[in-house]
Amino acid sequence: MSAAVVPFGQQPAAPPPSAGPAAEPIHLDSYVELERTTVTYGREPNVVRALAETSLRIAKGDFVALVGPSGCGKSTILKLVGGILRASSGYVYVAGREVDAEPVRIGMAFQNPTMLPWLTIRDNVMMPLKIVPPFRGEYRRKRKTEFRDRVEALLAQVGLKGFGDKHPWQLSGGMLQRASLCRALVHDPQLLLLDEPFGALDQFTREELWSIMQQLWITRRPTVLLVTHDLREAGYLANRICVMSARPGRIVDDRVFEAPRPRTLAMTYEPDFVAMTQRLRELIVEARTDEPAGSTA
Amino acid sequence: MSSTLKRKIASVVLIVGLFVVWEVLCLAFGVSDTVLPRPSQIFVTLWQRFPALWPHTVQTLYTTLLGFVLGVGIGIVIGVLIGWSKLAYDVAYPLLVGFSSIPKVAVVPIFVLYFGAGTVPAVLTALIMSIFPVVVNVATGLATTEPELEDVMKTLRATKFDILWNVGLPRAMPYFFASLKVAVTLSFVGSVISETVASNRGIGNMMMIASSSFDVPLVFAGLFILAALGILLYGVFSLIEGRVTGWAHRKTEFAMG
Repeated sequence: MSAAVVPFGQQPAAPPPSAGPAAEPIHLDSYVELERTTVTYGREPNVVRALAETSLRIAKGDFVALVGPSGCGKSTILKLVGGILRASSGYVYVAGREVDAEPVRIGMAFQNPTMLPWLTIRDNVMMPLKIVPPFRGEYRRKRKTEFRDRVEALLAQVGLKGFGDKHPWQLSGGMLQRASLCRALVHDPQLLLLDEPFGALDQFTREELWSIMQQLWITRRPTVLLVTHDLREAGYLANRICVMSARPGRIVDDRVFEAPRPRTLAMTYEPDFVAMTQRLRELIVEARTDEPAGSTA
Repeated sequence: MSSTLKRKIASVVLIVGLFVVWEVLCLAFGVSDTVLPRPSQIFVTLWQRFPALWPHTVQTLYTTLLGFVLGVGIGIVIGVLIGWSKLAYDVAYPLLVGFSSIPKVAVVPIFVLYFGAGTVPAVLTALIMSIFPVVVNVATGLATTEPELEDVMKTLRATKFDILWNVGLPRAMPYFFASLKVAVTLSFVGSVISETVASNRGIGNMMMIASSSFDVPLVFAGLFILAALGILLYGVFSLIEGRVTGWAHRKTEFAMG
């Protein structure tokens, strides 16, 4: 088990030669790429910088965790990659194309399961199939047959077998979160964005879901970007952990964490692992106190 | 279960009790039926003059429902436009508030001027009365979609129409049905007002004529019919609301317009 520190900011930081939105990404090997991206809200003189100039590359099929103090822009990065938010400057590439233009299938899950209360769990989970091509065109034909089986299989995988006909209010928070994971995965996304999906759960449910999440990742191998406050969670799930500073966020530490899969909960109590999470904790505490001047201009 | 039954019994007792007290007081103080008729007199009048009252009832119900249906239709369209687009909301809202704050009685003379006395002004008054609660509630329902849910839909590259159809509209349904209860009673009010001002048929008109000839029991009979119709319409739409949007009432109460 090694915890190699990879100093950040050593990539050739040349921006695309002002070629406009159709610019080619520099690193064709990376699946997700942020190139000197910033995000600011508001207008002068009340500009809030949510994200300082950030560059980040994620390889296809990797599992990356973003940790850092609250309000540091972790979710901002997630939203940039998901195409929900536009960068104020810099570029965001997914699968070698600029985000928005790309045909990549993305799954997303939040701390709040956001199930639609008027639909059954099955119909909730099936929602992406109704929206995303190529499933969209086949939805009417296959929703009672193939898609239904697909959803049932997924529900069984997360321990929700037989709950497809229930409505969201009939399920506990942990069960809803499982359903939310199913919804994020049902359309077989190449990219999975998780914004503290286990944050509101009790310890035991959370650890159970970590193991389910790990299994799902091993079998399907989507590229995952996980935002979390839980350092044990980051260490258990991710191959790579990025620590962010306080707002305006930037990545202050980026380390690869290699441990054999499937990982066990016992591993998270081993000295090496504990030492790593301790180190991460120190980095985050530093990042919190080290408020750079001019965070609001 | 037994406690809800108890409450229902109590509310029936209250209604019957009110009539009994009314009856007893009128008898005890010897109130003339040209001032305040006793409930028993009113029911007798209702029974005896039913053949004459019935066409008026049908007319009022007809103008109310026609105006209501048209008003709800227009209300849904405006509500969806306003709830869907921030721009439409900002631009149209002040105008809408202005329209809604005009006392609706004041527009009846204008309708009469344009369309003459009769059915058309009653329908139009019912229509404009029912638009606003529907607009406000549909727009509110659409505007309160959780931002995270919208984010999920956006990452799926859902179109605005996808979001509206799959999330916004179902989410607005409880608000919409709550507004129907309010809107139907308001269109009823609108119809009767218009009939009172300018019409030759309808309960409102009948009550005007009865009062000018001091036929007070008939006036009160008209009032009873209006109350019964109002309860009926409200009840029907409450029932529909409960059936269609039962999921919403397990957790939260919804605002009424």
